[in-house]
Amino acid sequence: MLKVEKIADGTVIDHIPAGKGLRVLQILNIQAGYLGRVALLMNTTSKKMGKKDIVKIADKHIDDKTADKIALIAPEASLNIIKNFEVIEKRQVKLRSKLVAVAACPNPNCITNHERMESEFKVEERGIRCSYCERLFKPEELSA
Amino acid sequence: MNGKDLISIRDLERKDIEGLFSLAEKMEGEIGGEKSPLKNRIIATLFFEPSTRTRLSFQAAAQRLGASVINFESVALTSMAKGETFVDTIKIVDGYADLLVIRHSLEGSARLAANVAKHPVANGGDGGNQHPTQTLIDLYTIRKVKKKLDGLCVHLVGDLKYARTMRSLLYGLGMFGADVTLVSPKGLEMDKGVVDEAKTLFSMKIKQTNELDLKGADVAYVCRIQKERFADPYEAEKLQKEFKITEEQLKGVKEDLVILHPLPKIDEIDPAIDNSKHATYFEQAKLGVPMRMAIIMKLLGRA
Ligand SMILES: [Zn+2]
Repeated sequence: MLKVEKIADGTVIDHIPAGKGLRVLQILNIQAGYLGRVALLMNTTSKKMGKKDIVKIADKHIDDKTADKIALIAPEASLNIIKNFEVIEKRQVKLRSKLVAVAACPNPNCITNHERMESEFKVEERGIRCSYCERLFKPEELSA
Repeated sequence: MNGKDLISIRDLERKDIEGLFSLAEKMEGEIGGEKSPLKNRIIATLFFEPSTRTRLSFQAAAQRLGASVINFESVALTSMAKGETFVDTIKIVDGYADLLVIRHSLEGSARLAANVAKHPVANGGDGGNQHPTQTLIDLYTIRKVKKKLDGLCVHLVGDLKYARTMRSLLYGLGMFGADVTLVSPKGLEMDKGVVDEAKTLFSMKIKQTNELDLKGADVAYVCRIQKERFADPYEAEKLQKEFKITEEQLKGVKEDLVILHPLPKIDEIDPAIDNSKHATYFEQAKLGVPMRMAIIMKLLGRA
Protein backbone atom coordinates (compact mmCIF):
# COMPACT_ATOMS: atom_id res chain seq x y z
CA MET A 1 0.00 0.00 0.00
CA LEU A 2 1.37 3.36 -1.02
CA LYS A 3 1.15 5.92 1.69
CA VAL A 4 0.22 9.45 0.71
CA GLU A 5 0.18 12.18 3.30
CA LYS A 6 -3.14 13.66 4.24
CA ILE A 7 -4.01 17.16 3.17
CA ALA A 8 -5.39 19.71 5.61
CA ASP A 9 -7.47 21.63 3.09
CA GLY A 10 -8.26 20.93 -0.52
CA THR A 11 -9.94 18.37 -2.70
CA VAL A 12 -9.60 14.65 -3.25
CA ILE A 13 -10.92 13.47 -6.59
CA ASP A 14 -11.67 9.79 -6.23
CA HIS A 15 -12.97 7.08 -8.58
CA ILE A 16 -11.19 8.34 -11.67
CA PRO A 17 -10.95 5.52 -14.25
CA ALA A 18 -7.42 4.06 -14.21
CA GLY A 19 -5.25 5.95 -16.67
CA LYS A 20 -7.33 9.15 -16.68
CA GLY A 21 -5.65 10.76 -13.67
CA LEU A 22 -3.15 12.62 -15.83
CA ARG A 23 -6.00 14.01 -17.93
CA VAL A 24 -7.65 15.24 -14.74
CA LEU A 25 -4.43 17.08 -13.82
CA GLN A 26 -4.47 18.62 -17.28
CA ILE A 27 -8.06 19.79 -16.80
CA LEU A 28 -6.99 21.33 -13.48
CA ASN A 29 -4.17 23.09 -15.28
CA ILE A 30 -1.58 21.41 -13.13
CA GLN A 31 1.71 21.09 -14.99
CA ALA A 32 5.43 21.50 -14.49
CA GLY A 33 5.97 24.65 -12.45
CA TYR A 34 2.81 24.31 -10.42
CA LEU A 35 3.70 25.37 -6.89
CA GLY A 36 0.99 23.72 -4.81
CA ARG A 37 1.03 20.22 -3.34
CA VAL A 38 -0.50 17.56 -5.53
CA ALA A 39 -0.61 13.76 -5.39
CA LEU A 40 -1.60 11.49 -8.23
CA LEU A 41 -2.21 7.86 -7.44
CA MET A 42 -2.39 5.66 -10.47
CA ASN A 43 -3.83 2.17 -10.70
CA THR A 44 -4.79 1.78 -7.06
CA THR A 45 -7.18 -1.01 -6.30
CA SER A 46 -10.83 -0.22 -6.02
CA LYS A 47 -13.68 -2.43 -4.90
CA LYS A 48 -16.03 -0.70 -7.26
CA MET A 49 -13.82 -0.21 -10.31
CA GLY A 50 -11.08 -2.82 -10.05
CA LYS A 51 -8.40 -0.20 -10.67
CA LYS A 52 -8.71 3.54 -10.35
CA ASP A 53 -6.75 6.78 -10.16
CA ILE A 54 -6.99 9.33 -7.36
CA VAL A 55 -5.91 12.98 -7.38
CA LYS A 56 -5.29 14.98 -4.22
CA ILE A 57 -4.75 18.72 -4.42
CA ALA A 58 -4.09 20.94 -1.46
CA ASP A 59 -5.81 24.31 -1.17
CA LYS A 60 -7.80 24.04 -4.32
CA HIS A 61 -11.49 24.32 -4.85
CA ILE A 62 -13.10 22.81 -7.96
CA ASP A 63 -15.68 25.03 -9.61
CA ASP A 64 -18.71 23.77 -11.54
CA LYS A 65 -17.22 24.26 -14.97
CA THR A 66 -14.13 22.24 -14.00
CA ALA A 67 -16.37 19.56 -12.47
CA ASP A 68 -18.22 19.37 -15.81
CA LYS A 69 -14.95 18.82 -17.63
CA ILE A 70 -13.94 16.09 -15.20
CA ALA A 71 -17.35 14.45 -15.62
CA LEU A 72 -16.67 14.14 -19.34
CA ILE A 73 -13.71 11.83 -18.83
CA ALA A 74 -14.52 10.45 -15.39
CA PRO A 75 -18.30 10.22 -15.09
CA GLU A 76 -18.06 8.27 -11.83
CA ALA A 77 -15.59 10.56 -10.09
CA SER A 78 -16.39 11.90 -6.65
CA LEU A 79 -15.12 15.15 -5.17
CA ASN A 80 -14.22 15.11 -1.51
CA ILE A 81 -13.82 18.57 -0.07
CA ILE A 82 -11.32 18.54 2.80
CA LYS A 83 -11.20 21.06 5.60
CA ASN A 84 -8.99 20.57 8.70
CA PHE A 85 -8.22 17.00 7.65
CA GLU A 86 -11.95 16.17 7.57
CA VAL A 87 -14.14 15.44 4.56
CA ILE A 88 -16.74 18.12 4.94
CA GLU A 89 -18.50 17.46 1.68
CA LYS A 90 -18.61 14.58 -0.75
CA ARG A 91 -20.28 14.91 -4.09
CA GLN A 92 -20.48 12.99 -7.29
CA VAL A 93 -19.56 14.78 -10.51
CA LYS A 94 -22.49 14.70 -12.84
CA LEU A 95 -22.88 15.53 -16.52
CA ARG A 96 -25.41 18.30 -16.52
CA SER A 97 -27.97 18.32 -19.32
CA LYS A 98 -26.47 21.49 -20.78
CA LEU A 99 -22.72 22.14 -20.90
CA VAL A 100 -21.64 25.69 -21.57
CA ALA A 101 -18.04 26.48 -22.50
CA VAL A 102 -16.60 23.25 -21.09
CA ALA A 103 -14.90 22.27 -24.34
CA ALA A 104 -14.41 23.46 -27.88
CA CYS A 105 -16.62 21.81 -30.49
CA PRO A 106 -14.50 19.16 -32.27
CA ASN A 107 -16.11 20.09 -35.60
CA PRO A 108 -13.77 22.59 -37.28
CA ASN A 109 -16.64 23.80 -39.48
CA CYS A 110 -18.76 24.71 -36.45
CA ILE A 111 -19.57 28.42 -36.03
CA THR A 112 -18.46 28.23 -32.37
CA ASN A 113 -14.88 27.79 -33.59
CA HIS A 114 -15.05 30.91 -35.75
CA GLU A 115 -16.94 33.55 -33.75
CA ARG A 116 -16.07 34.91 -30.35
CA MET A 117 -18.63 32.90 -28.43
CA GLU A 118 -19.10 30.13 -25.87
CA SER A 119 -19.63 26.56 -26.99
CA GLU A 120 -22.76 24.76 -25.83
CA PHE A 121 -23.58 21.07 -25.75
CA LYS A 122 -26.65 19.13 -24.73
CA VAL A 123 -26.26 15.71 -23.17
CA GLU A 124 -28.43 13.12 -24.89
CA GLU A 125 -28.83 9.42 -24.34
CA ARG A 126 -26.57 8.53 -27.26
CA GLY A 127 -23.91 11.17 -26.76
CA ILE A 128 -23.29 14.88 -26.43
CA ARG A 129 -24.74 17.11 -29.13
CA CYS A 130 -23.40 20.54 -30.09
CA SER A 131 -26.28 23.01 -29.83
CA TYR A 132 -24.97 24.81 -32.91
CA CYS A 133 -23.69 22.37 -35.53
CA GLU A 134 -25.94 19.61 -34.08
CA ARG A 135 -23.25 16.96 -34.38
CA LEU A 136 -23.23 14.16 -31.85
CA PHE A 137 -19.98 13.40 -30.03
CA LYS A 138 -18.77 10.85 -27.54
CA PRO A 139 -17.72 12.36 -24.20
CA GLU A 140 -14.08 11.43 -24.82
CA GLU A 141 -14.10 13.34 -28.13
CA LEU A 142 -14.99 16.51 -26.25
CA SER A 143 -12.25 16.18 -23.68
CA ALA A 144 -9.53 15.43 -26.20
CA MET B 1 -42.95 27.60 -34.46
CA ASN B 2 -45.26 30.59 -34.66
CA GLY B 3 -43.29 33.84 -34.60
CA LYS B 4 -40.07 31.97 -33.75
CA ASP B 5 -37.31 30.65 -35.94
CA LEU B 6 -36.89 27.77 -38.37
CA ILE B 7 -33.40 26.45 -37.85
CA SER B 8 -33.50 22.66 -37.89
CA ILE B 9 -35.88 19.86 -38.72
CA ARG B 10 -35.03 18.57 -35.25
CA ASP B 11 -36.95 21.45 -33.70
CA LEU B 12 -40.15 20.49 -35.47
CA GLU B 13 -42.86 18.10 -34.50
CA ARG B 14 -45.13 16.26 -36.88
CA LYS B 15 -48.01 18.61 -36.15
CA ASP B 16 -45.88 21.68 -37.03
CA ILE B 17 -45.05 20.13 -40.39
CA GLU B 18 -48.65 19.13 -41.05
CA GLY B 19 -49.66 22.71 -40.29
CA LEU B 20 -47.15 23.91 -42.89
CA PHE B 21 -48.50 21.41 -45.44
CA SER B 22 -52.03 22.83 -45.19
CA LEU B 23 -50.75 26.38 -45.17
CA ALA B 24 -48.61 25.73 -48.28
CA GLU B 25 -51.66 24.28 -50.00
CA LYS B 26 -53.55 27.47 -49.22
CA MET B 27 -50.62 29.54 -50.51
CA GLU B 28 -50.63 27.63 -53.82
CA GLY B 29 -54.16 28.92 -54.35
CA GLU B 30 -53.11 32.48 -53.60
CA ILE B 31 -50.16 32.77 -55.95
CA GLY B 32 -50.95 35.40 -58.55
CA GLY B 33 -53.95 36.65 -56.56
CA GLU B 34 -54.67 40.14 -55.33
CA LYS B 35 -53.77 39.56 -51.68
CA SER B 36 -50.59 41.13 -50.32
CA PRO B 37 -50.67 40.09 -46.68
CA LEU B 38 -47.08 41.21 -46.07
CA LYS B 39 -47.24 44.64 -47.64
CA ASN B 40 -44.82 46.99 -45.86
CA ARG B 41 -42.81 44.06 -44.49
CA ILE B 42 -39.15 43.63 -45.35
CA ILE B 43 -37.44 40.28 -45.65
CA ALA B 44 -33.64 40.08 -45.76
CA THR B 45 -31.99 37.19 -47.58
CA LEU B 46 -28.38 37.03 -46.38
CA PHE B 47 -26.44 34.56 -48.47
CA PHE B 48 -22.92 34.51 -47.07
CA GLU B 49 -22.44 31.52 -49.34
CA PRO B 50 -23.99 31.68 -52.79
CA SER B 51 -27.00 29.59 -53.65
CA THR B 52 -28.87 31.40 -56.35
CA ARG B 53 -31.70 28.90 -56.57
CA THR B 54 -32.57 28.92 -52.85
CA ARG B 55 -32.28 32.70 -52.75
CA LEU B 56 -34.55 33.21 -55.76
CA SER B 57 -37.10 30.81 -54.35
CA PHE B 58 -37.20 32.69 -51.02
CA GLN B 59 -37.38 36.02 -52.80
CA ALA B 60 -40.19 34.84 -55.07
CA ALA B 61 -42.07 33.61 -51.99
CA ALA B 62 -41.58 36.93 -50.17
CA GLN B 63 -42.68 38.96 -53.17
CA ARG B 64 -45.71 36.76 -53.82
CA LEU B 65 -46.79 37.76 -50.32
CA GLY B 66 -46.27 41.43 -51.09
CA ALA B 67 -43.14 41.82 -48.94
CA SER B 68 -40.06 43.67 -50.11
CA VAL B 69 -36.68 41.99 -50.16
CA ILE B 70 -33.23 43.27 -49.27
CA ASN B 71 -30.36 40.93 -49.90
CA PHE B 72 -26.79 40.11 -50.56
CA GLU B 73 -25.12 37.05 -51.96
CA SER B 74 -21.54 36.09 -51.17
CA VAL B 75 -19.32 37.66 -48.58
CA ALA B 76 -17.04 39.35 -51.07
CA LEU B 77 -19.62 42.11 -51.58
CA THR B 78 -20.14 42.94 -47.93
CA SER B 79 -18.37 44.46 -44.98
CA MET B 80 -17.91 40.90 -43.67
CA ALA B 81 -15.03 40.75 -46.10
CA LYS B 82 -13.55 43.74 -44.28
CA GLY B 83 -13.55 41.82 -41.00
CA GLU B 84 -16.95 42.59 -39.52
CA THR B 85 -18.09 39.64 -37.43
CA PHE B 86 -21.06 37.52 -38.41
CA VAL B 87 -22.84 38.54 -35.22
CA ASP B 88 -22.43 42.24 -36.03
CA THR B 89 -23.83 41.75 -39.53
CA ILE B 90 -26.86 39.93 -38.13
CA LYS B 91 -27.50 42.62 -35.51
CA ILE B 92 -27.34 45.35 -38.14
CA VAL B 93 -29.67 43.65 -40.61
CA ASP B 94 -31.98 42.74 -37.71
CA GLY B 95 -32.47 46.48 -37.39
CA TYR B 96 -33.53 46.78 -41.04
CA ALA B 97 -35.78 43.78 -41.69
CA ASP B 98 -38.72 41.87 -40.19
CA LEU B 99 -37.39 38.42 -41.03
CA LEU B 100 -33.90 37.13 -41.83
CA VAL B 101 -33.12 34.25 -44.17
CA ILE B 102 -29.55 33.09 -43.71
CA ARG B 103 -27.29 30.82 -45.68
CA HIS B 104 -23.76 30.32 -44.46
CA SER B 105 -21.05 27.72 -44.95
CA LEU B 106 -20.42 27.30 -41.23
CA GLU B 107 -22.55 24.84 -39.30
CA GLY B 108 -24.61 26.39 -36.52
CA SER B 109 -24.52 29.88 -38.04
CA ALA B 110 -28.31 30.08 -38.35
CA ARG B 111 -28.75 29.00 -34.73
CA LEU B 112 -26.33 31.69 -33.62
CA ALA B 113 -28.16 34.27 -35.77
CA ALA B 114 -31.47 33.25 -34.19
CA ASN B 115 -29.96 33.71 -30.72
CA VAL B 116 -28.73 37.18 -31.63
CA ALA B 117 -31.61 38.55 -33.76
CA LYS B 118 -34.85 39.86 -32.30
CA HIS B 119 -36.70 39.06 -35.52
CA PRO B 120 -37.38 35.51 -36.72
CA VAL B 121 -34.62 33.68 -38.60
CA ALA B 122 -35.08 31.03 -41.29
CA ASN B 123 -32.13 28.76 -42.01
CA GLY B 124 -31.43 28.62 -45.73
CA GLY B 125 -28.64 26.09 -45.22
CA ASP B 126 -25.80 26.04 -42.69
CA GLY B 127 -22.81 24.16 -44.07
CA GLY B 128 -23.23 20.40 -43.91
CA ASN B 129 -25.77 20.66 -41.13
CA GLN B 130 -29.36 21.62 -41.94
CA HIS B 131 -31.48 22.98 -44.76
CA PRO B 132 -34.92 22.68 -43.18
CA THR B 133 -36.91 24.52 -45.85
CA GLN B 134 -35.59 22.07 -48.47
CA THR B 135 -36.64 19.12 -46.29
CA LEU B 136 -40.12 20.61 -45.86
CA ILE B 137 -40.42 21.11 -49.62
CA ASP B 138 -39.31 17.51 -50.22
CA LEU B 139 -41.86 16.12 -47.78
CA TYR B 140 -44.57 18.40 -49.14
CA THR B 141 -43.87 17.33 -52.72
CA ILE B 142 -43.95 13.62 -51.89
CA ARG B 143 -47.14 13.99 -49.92
CA LYS B 144 -48.76 16.05 -52.63
CA VAL B 145 -47.89 13.67 -55.45
CA LYS B 146 -48.39 10.43 -53.53
CA LYS B 147 -51.25 11.66 -51.31
CA LYS B 148 -49.49 10.18 -48.28
CA LEU B 149 -46.11 9.61 -46.66
CA ASP B 150 -46.66 6.70 -44.28
CA GLY B 151 -45.86 3.29 -45.67
CA LEU B 152 -44.24 4.68 -48.82
CA CYS B 153 -41.09 3.01 -50.06
CA VAL B 154 -38.58 5.82 -50.57
CA HIS B 155 -35.12 5.24 -52.07
CA LEU B 156 -32.49 7.85 -51.22
CA VAL B 157 -29.91 7.59 -53.99
CA GLY B 158 -26.40 8.95 -54.39
CA ASP B 159 -23.78 10.40 -52.11
CA LEU B 160 -25.39 9.82 -48.74
CA LYS B 161 -22.24 10.57 -46.80
CA TYR B 162 -21.94 14.25 -47.56
CA ALA B 163 -25.44 15.29 -48.66
CA ARG B 164 -27.10 17.08 -45.76
CA THR B 165 -30.40 17.05 -47.70
CA MET B 166 -30.50 13.29 -47.35
CA ARG B 167 -29.84 13.26 -43.61
CA SER B 168 -32.65 15.71 -42.83
CA LEU B 169 -34.97 13.99 -45.29
CA LEU B 170 -34.38 10.62 -43.63
CA TYR B 171 -35.35 12.22 -40.34
CA GLY B 172 -38.51 13.76 -41.83
CA LEU B 173 -39.51 10.55 -43.59
CA GLY B 174 -39.07 8.68 -40.32
CA MET B 175 -41.32 11.15 -38.55
CA PHE B 176 -44.05 10.40 -41.10
CA GLY B 177 -43.67 6.62 -41.14
CA ALA B 178 -42.14 6.04 -44.58
CA ASP B 179 -39.82 3.08 -45.24
CA VAL B 180 -36.43 4.03 -46.60
CA THR B 181 -33.81 2.26 -48.69
CA LEU B 182 -30.41 3.94 -48.70
CA VAL B 183 -28.69 3.44 -52.05
CA SER B 184 -25.13 4.71 -52.30
CA PRO B 185 -21.80 3.81 -53.86
CA LYS B 186 -19.40 1.97 -51.54
CA GLY B 187 -17.71 4.43 -49.24
CA LEU B 188 -20.46 7.03 -49.55
CA GLU B 189 -22.92 5.42 -47.14
CA MET B 190 -24.85 7.53 -44.72
CA ASP B 191 -23.24 8.09 -41.33
CA LYS B 192 -24.10 5.18 -39.05
CA GLY B 193 -24.96 7.47 -36.16
CA VAL B 194 -27.61 9.23 -38.26
CA VAL B 195 -29.12 5.93 -39.41
CA ASP B 196 -29.16 4.50 -35.89
CA GLU B 197 -30.76 7.63 -34.53
CA ALA B 198 -33.57 7.52 -37.10
CA LYS B 199 -34.14 3.85 -36.32
CA THR B 200 -34.37 4.49 -32.58
CA LEU B 201 -36.38 7.69 -32.74
CA PHE B 202 -38.99 6.56 -35.25
CA SER B 203 -38.59 2.77 -35.21
CA MET B 204 -38.47 3.04 -38.98
CA LYS B 205 -37.47 0.39 -41.50
CA ILE B 206 -34.18 1.26 -43.19
CA LYS B 207 -32.47 -0.93 -45.78
CA GLN B 208 -28.99 -0.22 -47.13
CA THR B 209 -27.48 -1.25 -50.44
CA ASN B 210 -24.65 -0.36 -52.80
CA GLU B 211 -26.60 -1.48 -55.83
CA LEU B 212 -28.62 0.97 -57.87
CA ASP B 213 -31.97 -0.73 -58.21
CA LEU B 214 -35.21 1.22 -58.13
CA LYS B 215 -37.62 -1.68 -58.46
CA GLY B 216 -40.29 -1.53 -55.80
CA ALA B 217 -39.66 2.13 -55.00
CA ASP B 218 -42.54 4.61 -54.83
CA VAL B 219 -40.13 7.52 -54.71
CA ALA B 220 -36.48 7.83 -55.75
CA TYR B 221 -34.77 10.88 -54.33
CA VAL B 222 -31.51 11.43 -56.18
CA CYS B 223 -28.60 13.68 -55.31
CA ARG B 224 -25.27 14.21 -56.96
CA ILE B 225 -21.89 12.84 -56.01
CA GLN B 226 -20.00 15.78 -54.58
CA LYS B 227 -16.91 15.62 -56.77
CA GLU B 228 -15.17 18.38 -54.85
CA ARG B 229 -14.95 15.97 -51.89
CA PHE B 230 -12.80 13.54 -53.83
CA ALA B 231 -9.04 13.70 -54.03
CA ASP B 232 -9.24 11.91 -57.35
CA PRO B 233 -11.72 13.49 -59.79
CA TYR B 234 -11.55 10.44 -62.04
CA GLU B 235 -12.73 8.22 -59.19
CA ALA B 236 -15.70 10.55 -58.60
CA GLU B 237 -16.53 10.56 -62.30
CA LYS B 238 -16.52 6.76 -62.36
CA LEU B 239 -18.82 6.50 -59.35
CA GLN B 240 -21.21 9.03 -60.86
CA LYS B 241 -21.38 7.05 -64.11
CA GLU B 242 -22.25 3.91 -62.19
CA PHE B 243 -24.88 5.79 -60.25
CA LYS B 244 -26.47 7.66 -63.09
CA ILE B 245 -30.21 7.26 -63.52
CA THR B 246 -30.78 6.27 -67.14
CA GLU B 247 -33.75 4.92 -69.09
CA GLU B 248 -32.16 1.50 -68.71
CA GLN B 249 -32.39 1.88 -64.91
CA LEU B 250 -36.10 2.62 -65.15
CA LYS B 251 -36.99 -0.71 -66.77
CA GLY B 252 -39.22 -2.67 -64.43
CA VAL B 253 -39.80 0.12 -61.93
CA LYS B 254 -43.25 0.94 -60.63
CA GLU B 255 -45.53 2.72 -63.11
CA ASP B 256 -45.98 5.60 -60.73
CA LEU B 257 -42.40 5.90 -59.48
CA VAL B 258 -41.65 9.53 -58.69
CA ILE B 259 -38.10 10.84 -59.18
CA LEU B 260 -37.09 13.84 -57.11
CA HIS B 261 -33.89 15.86 -56.96
CA PRO B 262 -33.04 18.98 -54.93
CA LEU B 263 -31.49 20.57 -58.07
CA PRO B 264 -29.29 21.83 -59.57
CA LYS B 265 -28.56 18.48 -61.20
CA ILE B 266 -25.53 17.97 -63.37
CA ASP B 267 -25.08 14.50 -64.79
CA GLU B 268 -26.69 12.22 -62.21
CA ILE B 269 -29.94 11.93 -64.17
CA ASP B 270 -29.98 11.36 -67.93
CA PRO B 271 -31.70 14.40 -69.52
CA ALA B 272 -33.85 11.96 -71.51
CA ILE B 273 -35.66 11.26 -68.24
CA ASP B 274 -36.68 14.89 -67.76
CA ASN B 275 -39.61 14.33 -70.11
CA SER B 276 -40.69 11.01 -68.60
CA LYS B 277 -43.75 10.70 -66.38
CA HIS B 278 -41.43 9.84 -63.50
CA ALA B 279 -39.53 13.15 -63.44
CA THR B 280 -41.03 15.33 -60.73
CA TYR B 281 -38.06 17.55 -59.82
CA PHE B 282 -39.19 20.65 -61.66
CA GLU B 283 -42.57 20.40 -59.95
CA GLN B 284 -40.65 19.98 -56.68
CA ALA B 285 -38.69 23.18 -57.32
CA LYS B 286 -41.91 25.01 -58.12
CA LEU B 287 -43.54 23.83 -54.90
CA GLY B 288 -40.67 25.47 -53.05
CA VAL B 289 -42.37 28.82 -53.45
CA PRO B 290 -45.71 28.05 -51.75
CA MET B 291 -43.90 26.13 -48.99
CA ARG B 292 -41.55 29.05 -48.37
CA MET B 293 -44.56 31.41 -48.43
CA ALA B 294 -46.12 29.25 -45.72
CA ILE B 295 -42.89 29.32 -43.69
CA ILE B 296 -42.60 33.10 -43.96
CA MET B 297 -46.24 33.62 -42.92
CA LYS B 298 -45.80 31.28 -39.98
CA LEU B 299 -42.56 32.86 -38.81
CA LEU B 300 -44.11 36.33 -38.98
CA GLY B 301 -47.05 35.11 -36.92
CA ARG B 302 -49.50 35.70 -39.74
CA ALA B 303 -50.88 32.18 -39.96
ZN1 LIG C 1 -20.46 22.38 -33.06
